[in-house]
Amino acid sequence: MLLRFPKASQAREDEVTPRPLFLSRRSLLAGGAAAALFPDAAAAALQAPTTVRPRDAKLDEVTPKKSATTYNNFYEFGVAKTDPAEAAGALRTRPWEVVVEGEVAKPTTFGIEDLLNFPLEERIYRLRCVEAWSMVIPWVGFPLAELLKRVEPTGAARYVAFQTLHAPDQMPVLRTGFMEWPYVEGLRLDEAMHPLAILAVGMYGDVLPNQNGAPVRLVMPWKYGFKSIKSIVRIRLTRDQPPTTWNRMQAQEYGFYANVNPDVDHPRWSQATERRVGEFLRRKTLPFNGYAEEVASLYAGMDLKASF
Amino acid sequence: MRRWIETRLASRRAKPAAFALALLPLGWMVWLALSGGLGAEPVAGAVRETGVWALRFLLLALAVTPLRRLTGLSGLARFRRMIGLFAFFYAVVHLSTYVGIDQFFDWAAVWKDIVKRPYITVGMGAFLVLTALAATSTDAMVRRLGGRRWRTMHKAVFAAGAAGCLHYVMLVKGWQTAPLVYAAVFAALLGVRWLPRVRFQVMATKKAQPQS
Repeated sequence: MLLRFPKASQAREDEVTPRPLFLSRRSLLAGGAAAALFPDAAAAALQAPTTVRPRDAKLDEVTPKKSATTYNNFYEFGVAKTDPAEAAGALRTRPWEVVVEGEVAKPTTFGIEDLLNFPLEERIYRLRCVEAWSMVIPWVGFPLAELLKRVEPTGAARYVAFQTLHAPDQMPVLRTGFMEWPYVEGLRLDEAMHPLAILAVGMYGDVLPNQNGAPVRLVMPWKYGFKSIKSIVRIRLTRDQPPTTWNRMQAQEYGFYANVNPDVDHPRWSQATERRVGEFLRRKTLPFNGYAEEVASLYAGMDLKASF
Repeated sequence: MRRWIETRLASRRAKPAAFALALLPLGWMVWLALSGGLGAEPVAGAVRETGVWALRFLLLALAVTPLRRLTGLSGLARFRRMIGLFAFFYAVVHLSTYVGIDQFFDWAAVWKDIVKRPYITVGMGAFLVLTALAATSTDAMVRRLGGRRWRTMHKAVFAAGAAGCLHYVMLVKGWQTAPLVYAAVFAALLGVRWLPRVRFQVMATKKAQPQS
């Protein structure tokens, strides 16, 4: 089984990918591309057969890879959408280490090879940017919970803080001081342990392109895109809510939670609708980006208008 | 050289040439849109590009008078109205792209945007000012209003310029460079008008003398 959580709101590959394209990707993977890039187990998982289900009326199509790799927000490489694709070639992704520390019994430094050895799986998620555009992306990764379990969070751990690489020699914008660097993000521990929260090391059956956050990034499908921090070098479990970059910069516009919510507008624009990249007409934005069934319980009793 | 420029500026073909030149950005954007050159999100690209061109023409129109004073090229003056009208033209294209393509004529959503989003309110304000100025840009309107009143009224172009720059600064995430550069150019074009006029005139007469 390709996807482990086949809830009604979750896109499955057989629903979202045109059959011929889907088959050609399989054969490409079988041909060894994935095997070369990912460990055997992961390549095998990617090749596992998928059962075909009747398509839902609401069809989500996978965004063309070219769009997902040329229309990016990765401000370390420039503020224009095309900047990261042009400038992120300078990012060195090997060797790469992710330090996991803080309120944990076993602080561990994971090399990128260690991360690739987690059981990888493909997850097709909607990605909703706070700027009101969206994509559908087939990620390759593993649940963040798997990594957190390895380091054994202590009873005091309540939040998880993430940090992006800080390398002015590779990231041109860091030399200009447009924002406070490095980029930091954070989650509540229960959000981080949720099965939909993944660390991605690939997309479209291939390794993660630099502009998409190589070699390892967070993917939180029910939150605005800026929560899905890229090129992670540090994960710290904390007692207190950690600072997050956009919230620190403009607190009235970007909250700590940043859950996709059509009822809470950004102060400067509406969040009620979005444009799926490649489509002409806007579509309605769904609460929690369509993953409410799985994640809404995390926020039971909370005022989502106040904790936006 | 100077005489050559003056002859060119005064020539009969200068205005049609300027007109054609001013249409190039539109042609370029249409070509980009048709060839997929506007990127993965062509709608957002078209809205942004048309808006930036409206602002560029507005700043260019505001640059005519300081440039004329600085260089003494009085022939520049007759291009000012055309450049200003092109600023209005690109603003119309910009607004149409937003209403007709981005929002697909969802008037309710557009109206909500105008009253609720400060940057859109400000942008609409700039557009209304430009509309009034374009409507009163003809010779007949200058006569009807009287030169003095007309000039006072058309000082509103500075309000439109300020609103246009503010609109751009407000709509991006964080403090980005490009919108601030446009705002700085606008501030410079405004500031240069407060410099003592004498200096301009001296420079202009000095340069003009050999010809007289």
